[in-house]
Amino acid sequence: MLEIKNLHVNLEEEDKQILKGVDLTVEAGKVHAIMGPNGSGKSTLSYVLSGKDGYEVVEGSATLDGEDILDMEPEERAAAGIFLAFQYPVEIPGVGNMTFLRTAVNAQRKARGEEEMSATDFLKEIRAKAKELKIDAEMLKRPVNVGFSGGEKKRNEILQMAMLEPKMCILDETDSGLDVDAMKLVADGVNALRDAGRGFLVITHYQRLLDHIKPDVVHIMADGRIIKTGGPELALEVENNGYADILAEVA
Amino acid sequence: MALPQLKQDATDARLAALEMPAGGWPEAARKDALERVKSMGLPSGRDEYWKYTRPDTLVQPDAPKAALLETDEPLVFDKVDRLKIVFVDGVFDPEASDDLAMEHVSIDRLADAPDIHWAKDLYGVLETRGQTPVQRPLATLNTAFATDGVLIHVTGKAPKPISLIYRHDSEASDAILHHVIKVDGGAELTLLENGPAAARFNKCMEVEIANGGIFHHVRAQGRDHERRAATAIFTRLGEESVFKSFTLTANGVLTRNECVIELTGDNAVAHVAGACVGDGDFHHDDTVFITHDALNCESRQVFKKVLRNGATGVFQGKILVKEGAQKTDGYQISQSLLLDEDSQFLAKPELEIYADDVACSHGSTSGAIDEEGLFYLRSRGIEEGPATDLLTIAFLAEAVMEIEDEALQEEINGRVESWLTRRRG
Ligand SMILES: Nc1ncnc2c1ncn2[C@@H]1O[C@H](COP(=O)(O)OP(=O)(O)O)[C@@H](O)[C@H]1O
Ligand SMILES: [Mg+2]
Repeated sequence: MLEIKNLHVNLEEEDKQILKGVDLTVEAGKVHAIMGPNGSGKSTLSYVLSGKDGYEVVEGSATLDGEDILDMEPEERAAAGIFLAFQYPVEIPGVGNMTFLRTAVNAQRKARGEEEMSATDFLKEIRAKAKELKIDAEMLKRPVNVGFSGGEKKRNEILQMAMLEPKMCILDETDSGLDVDAMKLVADGVNALRDAGRGFLVITHYQRLLDHIKPDVVHIMADGRIIKTGGPELALEVENNGYADILAEVA
Repeated sequence: MALPQLKQDATDARLAALEMPAGGWPEAARKDALERVKSMGLPSGRDEYWKYTRPDTLVQPDAPKAALLETDEPLVFDKVDRLKIVFVDGVFDPEASDDLAMEHVSIDRLADAPDIHWAKDLYGVLETRGQTPVQRPLATLNTAFATDGVLIHVTGKAPKPISLIYRHDSEASDAILHHVIKVDGGAELTLLENGPAAARFNKCMEVEIANGGIFHHVRAQGRDHERRAATAIFTRLGEESVFKSFTLTANGVLTRNECVIELTGDNAVAHVAGACVGDGDFHHDDTVFITHDALNCESRQVFKKVLRNGATGVFQGKILVKEGAQKTDGYQISQSLLLDEDSQFLAKPELEIYADDVACSHGSTSGAIDEEGLFYLRSRGIEEGPATDLLTIAFLAEAVMEIEDEALQEEINGRVESWLTRRRG
C-alpha cells in the first residue's frame, strides 16, 4: 500500500539532512509501528508523507498504491487516502469543528468524484462516532482544537480519521500526553478502523500504546534511518532496555 | 487664524462648486456649518488626522469618475423583511422605495420635510459636538450642503428594520446625504445600509438615543470598485441605551468611515465594528472616537481587515475617558490579515484617561495567514483556496459576531464568502 524507498530529505532552509535513506513498506491490513529516540526524524517522515512545506526530497520515492505521492499537493494526498494524526494538532480559531470536518469530508468526496454527504447524514454519522470517542456536542461546535485539552485534541484527531476513512493512517505520537483511560479510547478508535483495506503507521515512544494497538511490524528509527525491523517483541525490548543496546548493535 | 494658502484654495474651490439648498428649517444650521467649514478649511494631506489617508479626491471640486458595476449578484439583505428607502446617486427614489409608513416610526425626507421640529434640534447639532477635540470638516461640509437624506423618529419598537439602499447610476455623481435618527426612551430600531451611492459619496448620520433606547446598524459597502466615500456617524447615548454598528467594506478605491460616539448617560453600551476585504487599488480607513462621560459605560471597537495585492487599511481609534467617568469598560482591537507583502496596515490606537477606576484595553496586530493552520486544513483534503478562505472568514469572525442578529451575520458572511470565491475565479 505505502511504499517508501531510499527516502532522503533535507530541511529546505538549513540544508540539513534529516532523513538519510528510509525504506519502508506498509501492506494493506497491517499495522506498522515506528519507535525511536527524539530527533530521529519520525515526525519529519510523517510530514513529508502528508506534504508539509519546508522539506526537500533529495532522493528516493514514496508511493500509495503505486502512485507517486511526493508530487501531490497535501489535499490531493488526503483525497488519495493519506491521513496524518498530528503530534501537535493545530488550533484554528474562528472555524467550527463541525464546519471544518464537513468541509473536509465533502472536499475529499468531490476530489474523488463522489457525491457529497448530505447535512443530515453527516450529522448522524459524526454524532455516532463522536459518542464512541466521548466527544460531546459542545466540543463539536467549538473552534477546531481551541481550548481543547491535550487528550481532547488527540481524540479529535481520531474523530477526523474516523470520519474521513483514509486508506493509510499515520499516527504521530498520538499517545503522548494521554492518561490511561484516554489512551484506551484512542486505541479503541484506531482498532475500530482496522480493516483489510487499510494500513497504519503508528509512531510512538512507548510500548504502552502498542499494548492496545497490536502492531504487526515494529521499526526502530535513529538518525534518519530505519535501523532495525522486527515483530512486536522488538517494542518490548525497547521498553525494557531502551534504545542504547539496539543503537550499539547496529553501530 | 488664516488657513494655509493651499488649504484655503482647495476649500474655496470646493465651496464654489456647491450650492446650498435654500430655505426651510435647516437653513440656520446650514449657514452655521458653512461658516464653520470656512474657518476650519477642508482636510489636506498635511493634517495630522489625515496622515494615513489622502483626502485630495474627497475634497476636489468634481467627483473623480467611477465606472458602474455590472453584476447579477443579488443585493445584500434581499432576503430580509424590511422597509426599503432607495437613493439613486443621492436622490430619493419614491418609485423604488416602500411606503414610508411604519408603526412606531415616522420617516421624512430631508429634501421636503416641511417643518420637522425634532430634527431641527439635532440637525448639525451632534455633528458640531463631534468637532472637538478633532475637526471633521467633511461632515460639516455635509451639514451645509446635503441635498437629501432621511429623518427617522422612533417612538417604540420598530416592527422591522429600515433599509437604506444606495444606487449608483451615473459615472460622475457626487452625492451628499445627511440622515438624522432620533430613538426615544425605550424605543428600538435596526437600520440597514447598503450600496455604493455615487461615484463620490459624503454621508453624515446623526443618531440621538434617549435613555433606554436601542439602535442597531448594519452596513455593507461594496460593489463598485472605483467609488469613493467619506462617511461619518455621530451618536450620543443616554442612560442604559445601546448603540451597535457594524460595517462590511468590500472594494472601493477610497473609504473613510468615521464614527464619533459620546456616552453621556450611565450604563450605556456602544459597540462599533468593521470587517473589510480589500484587493488591489483599495484604501480603507476606520476612524473612531469614543468619549466616556458617564458612569459604568461599556464601549467596544472591533476592526478586522483582510488586505491583498497592495491594498491599504487604516485604523485610528481613540477612547477618551473623562474625569468622573468611573467604571468605564473600554475595549479596542484592530487587526489585519495581510495576504501578501505589498499590502499594508497602519494603526493608531489611542487611550486618554482622566478617571482612576476604569478598565480599558487596546491591541493592534498585523499578520500573514497562519501556515500551520493552512497545512492542517489542507492535510484534511481542503484545497488551498477554500482553506485560505476558511481562515480568512475565521479571522473576520470576531468583528462579524458583533452583529447581534444571526440572520444578518449570515448575510454578511455570505457576502464575504462570495467575494473571496469570486477572487479565486
Ligand atoms: N522545521 C524544522 N526546523 C529545524 N529543525 C527541524 C525541523 N524539523 C525537524 N527538525 C530537526 O530534524 C530532526 C528530526 O526531527 P523530528 O522529525 O521532529 O524527530 P522525531 O519526531 O523523531 O522526534 C531534529 O534534529 C529536529 O531538530
Ligand atoms: Mg516527533
